Amino acid sequence: MAAMSQPEPVLAKTPLYDLHVAAGAKIVPFAGYQMPLQYQGILAEHEQCRTRAALFDVSHMGQIRFTGEGLPAFFERLSPSDILSLASHHMRYTVMCHDKGGIIDDIMILHRGEDILVVVNAACRAKDWAHIQQHLPRSIKAEFLETQGLLALQGPDAKTVMARLAPDVLSLSFMQGMWASINGIQCYVTRSGYTGEDGFEVSVAAEDASTLAQTLLQEQEVAWAGLGARDTLRLEAGLCLYGHDMNDATTPIEASLGWVMGKRRKTEGGFIGDSEILRQLRDGAPQKRLGFRVDGNRAVREGMTLENEAGASVGHITSGSLAPTLGYPVAMGYVHADHVSNTTFYVTIRGQRILLTKVAMPFRPAQYVK
Amino acid sequence: MTKVYTKSHEWAEANGDIITVGISHHAQAQLGDVVFVELPAIGKKVPQGADTAVVESVKAASEIYAPIAGEVVEVNQAIADTPSIVNQDPLGAGWFFRLKASDESQLNQLMSEADYKAFVGE
Repeated sequence: MAAMSQPEPVLAKTPLYDLHVAAGAKIVPFAGYQMPLQYQGILAEHEQCRTRAALFDVSHMGQIRFTGEGLPAFFERLSPSDILSLASHHMRYTVMCHDKGGIIDDIMILHRGEDILVVVNAACRAKDWAHIQQHLPRSIKAEFLETQGLLALQGPDAKTVMARLAPDVLSLSFMQGMWASINGIQCYVTRSGYTGEDGFEVSVAAEDASTLAQTLLQEQEVAWAGLGARDTLRLEAGLCLYGHDMNDATTPIEASLGWVMGKRRKTEGGFIGDSEILRQLRDGAPQKRLGFRVDGNRAVREGMTLENEAGASVGHITSGSLAPTLGYPVAMGYVHADHVSNTTFYVTIRGQRILLTKVAMPFRPAQYVK
Repeated sequence: MTKVYTKSHEWAEANGDIITVGISHHAQAQLGDVVFVELPAIGKKVPQGADTAVVESVKAASEIYAPIAGEVVEVNQAIADTPSIVNQDPLGAGWFFRLKASDESQLNQLMSEADYKAFVGE
């Protein structure tokens, strides 16, 4: 009798799937979705973002809407950031931790006046929802916007495009948002992104997402960019990718994300995971995420061992690739506390010893409009 | 001189007992933008199927296997200097290395261009 094969998991589609296929995208499975990896090519799309305007479909990311009483206090429990001071129509990058201090996910919290919108990583949707449900008080309602679309327009020409389509949003500074109308479509626009460029993210209802995307694509400065370019862009900008540069086993201190914590939170705690995190702030963390410039033109990759001069293992790489705009490879990795103050590290690939130099991140300066 | 192909997407083209090796158009399209290549040392002797060179795209590294056994007699420095040539002209200027074949009859085991195209579903 023939062996029965496992049924393929059914992958979801964003509202823009048909547009991606029509644009000739290479579609790959990602976090349970059929997503565009690239269209013309990763290097061309990376350059598009750095020099003109790139449009990304990030609708696979989870958007959760919160309403009710006691929202700031609830989010101060979930995150080690200062949420009490988060003003209306402002957003903050932060993390949610579990009780051992490890990072459950990195998220954006957006205060929209009458509600709070949280954007989570696609791969963490179920995990984050379960964590939120576990701690949600009766006074707060959480609604997962299952079909809501999210588009990111990133690059120096993003503002040129918006000046034509929705000039009001030009008044936004980095990490601010507003309700806007683009080609008659109601949407919420933030001046934010995850590429290191100036740009905007647009939250839009599923039924309007395709029209909105096509409206943006009609502008001469705009072209599609996929997940492949998204990864090289964020790496070059020194931004972490959850599941790679941090995970359940790394605290924000180890991940070099202590900057998301306000001074008050560092002294007072009062968030899930505070015990271990405050201990690490006091006594030091066992490892730290560092950035590296790689000598030569061969990339080092996730999982490779970091060695010291003597060839001993001192850590591991968590992200690495060519940084297309810089023209050389860069990497992130974790180094054991004893070796964090070193500047010179090595990775051996196929018998070839590659030199890595510790450098501050971002590798390429951010272009935010503040 | 016609090309024959392996199941691992290399092509081989014979000129007497010197066999030029590269990767197929299908392979470069699957890889995406090539950003790095590692070429073998001149004089290296390889059995058929041995990993002989490396081609890296933005996202991943892939091995290139010797389609037949032989000795490396020449490598294409142009693609080491400008890896994108592999994407632009994989069947011509994008060649990787040349082997002096130890047994030319091994070429008969490989696929014709037509069979390879069927193999990759073109």
